Amino acid sequence: MNILVCVKRVPATGGRIVLTPDGTDIDTRYLGFTVSPHEECAVEEAVRIVETRGGSTTVLTLGPAAAEDQLRDAMAIGIERAILLETDGRDWDPVATARAIVEAIRAHETTNGPFDLILFGNESADSGGFQVGIRVAAALGRPVVTGIKSLAPGEASVVARRETAAGGWESFELPLPAVVTVKEGINLPRYPSVPGRLRAKKKEIERSTPAWASGGLEKVSLRLPAAEITQAEVIGGGPEAAPAVVELLVRIGVLDR
Amino acid sequence: MSGPVLAVVAVTDGVPERASVEALALARGVAGSTGGALGAVLFGDPGAMRGAVAALAGSGVSTAIAVEHDRLTPDHPDGWASAIAQVAESRGAAAVVGAGTERGNDLLARVAARLDVPLAANCLTVEPGEVWAISRQRWAGSLIEDCRLDARIKVLTVAPNTVAVGAPDGSPAPALETAAVTLTDADLAVHVTGREAPERGKISLTDAKVVVGGGRGVGSGEGFADLEELASLLGGAVGGSRVVTSAGWRPHADQIGQTGLRIAPDVYIACGISGAIQHIVGCKAAKHILAINTDPEAPIMGVADYAVIGDLHAVVPAISAEIRRRSSSA
Repeated sequence: MNILVCVKRVPATGGRIVLTPDGTDIDTRYLGFTVSPHEECAVEEAVRIVETRGGSTTVLTLGPAAAEDQLRDAMAIGIERAILLETDGRDWDPVATARAIVEAIRAHETTNGPFDLILFGNESADSGGFQVGIRVAAALGRPVVTGIKSLAPGEASVVARRETAAGGWESFELPLPAVVTVKEGINLPRYPSVPGRLRAKKKEIERSTPAWASGGLEKVSLRLPAAEITQAEVIGGGPEAAPAVVELLVRIGVLDR
Repeated sequence: MSGPVLAVVAVTDGVPERASVEALALARGVAGSTGGALGAVLFGDPGAMRGAVAALAGSGVSTAIAVEHDRLTPDHPDGWASAIAQVAESRGAAAVVGAGTERGNDLLARVAARLDVPLAANCLTVEPGEVWAISRQRWAGSLIEDCRLDARIKVLTVAPNTVAVGAPDGSPAPALETAAVTLTDADLAVHVTGREAPERGKISLTDAKVVVGGGRGVGSGEGFADLEELASLLGGAVGGSRVVTSAGWRPHADQIGQTGLRIAPDVYIACGISGAIQHIVGCKAAKHILAINTDPEAPIMGVADYAVIGDLHAVVPAISAEIRRRSSSA
C-alpha cells in the first residue's frame, strides 16, 4: 500500500501567544516548530499501516525551507520519502495550498504510480481552515472522510471510523484510492530513535518551488482575543486548604450543604 | 440587488440545531447589510422538515428550502454538498453560511470545493462589501485573524458559541420551497456504512457538572487514583491535558483542549496543569475554575478563579477526606 501524508510546519506555542510588532504574525523568535498534532498521528498511522501490510510512505509539506525539519522528523520515525514544496514564507490560503499539493501529487503519481491512501490532519493547528484535505480529494476525484480516529485498510477499500457528537461511532467504507483526514487519538505517536534520526538526516528530499497565488482568502492581521486574564484568588496552601475548598464547592452548588 | 444569503440549518427531529441557529443569526446580519433575502437550506431527514419551518418563525428567514432527492440521506456528505452547491448556483446566492461544528465545517468545505471558492471557517464577524472583511478564529480561538474574502460566492462557517441569538421577532414562518437536485453515483458514494451507540452509564466529560482534570503534575497513570476518588465523591468525571494523553496516562478520549474536548462544567478542578493555551481553549467555558498547583506563577493562575498552592497528591486526598468527614458527621 502506498501512502502519502501531508503535514504543516507550525510554531509550538506554549502558555501565551506573542505577536510581531506589526501584528501580522506570531513572534516565533523564542518558539520551536512542530507539525499539527493531528498530523503527527497521521504520520504514525502511515508508518504503522506499512509496517504491517508493506508498501511505501511519503511525507509532503508546503512551507518555508526550514520545514525540512518537520519532514526529517517524519522520516525519523519511519517515513521513507519526503517532498518539500518550498515557499518564501508567505501565507498560502487553502485554495492555493490545495492546488499546489494536487499538482505535486499528480506529478509524483505519473512517475511512481498512484497513492492508495492520502492522509491529512483534520485541521491545521494554526490557521484551522478545515478544508485542504477535502479540496485535494475533490480535485483528484477521490472519496474523502474527515475527523477519523480509527482506520482499517483492506485490499481494495478502507474502513474509517469517527466519533459522533453523541459519543458513539460511525464508520465509512471507502474504495481505494481514498483521502482521509485524521484526528489525534487515532494512535499514540512514537518517539524517534537515535538511529532513526541519523538515517533521516542523510535522506534526500525532493524539492520544488510552486509560485505563490491568491486563492481569495487573505490574512490581513492577527490579534489576541479581548483579555480574559484574571488573577486567581488563593484560598489556601497545601492539605490545610481542604476545608476552604469544600466550603467553595458548597458555595458553587456542586456539593450539598 | 444582491443575491440571497443562504444559511444551512441542520434539523434533528424537527428542531434546528443550536449552532445552526447561531449561524442563521449571523447570516441575517449579513443579509441586512447586502440587502439580499435570507434563505435557509434545511439539512436533515426530509420527513422532519415541516416542524423546522414553524421553528424558524421570528428569525427573518423568507424562504426555507427543502432539498428533494430520493436517495439522499443525512449520511451522504458529498450528496448534501452537491445539493447545497446546486441550490446556491441556481438561486444566484451571494453567500452560504453554516455552523462551525465538526460536521458543519466538513460539509461547507465540500460545498466550497465544489464551487471552487475558499471556505472561511469559524467566523466571528462578517462585513460585506466589494471584498468581505471577516474576523475568524485561529488556534481554536486563542487567536483572531482579520482577513479579506474575495470570491464569487462567499462560503463561511460561524464559530459556535460566539454569536448572540436575539429573541424571535414578529417575522412570519418562512415559505417552504422544495429544490430538486441532480446527484450522480459519485456524489452518493461516500456514506455512513456502520454505527455504534455511545457507551452507557459513564458520565461524559461534556455533560459532567464537575470535572477534575490532571496534567503533567499528576506524574503517572496511577497518580490519577486521587483525582478519580475526588471526582466520584462529587459525581463528576476525570479528564486530562494533552501531556497526559500523549504519555498514555489516560485514554485520548479524556483529553480536554484544542485537539480534544471542549467542556463547560459548573466547576473545573485543574490539578497539576500549567495551563498551555491549547488546554485553556478546552476548559475556559467552565463557570468556575479551581487550580491546584505547586507553582503560583503558572499560566493557569491567569484563567483560574481560585487556587490552592501545593502538591496535588497532598491537597486532593485531603479534599476527599474532608468531603467524607462532612458527609459522615452530617
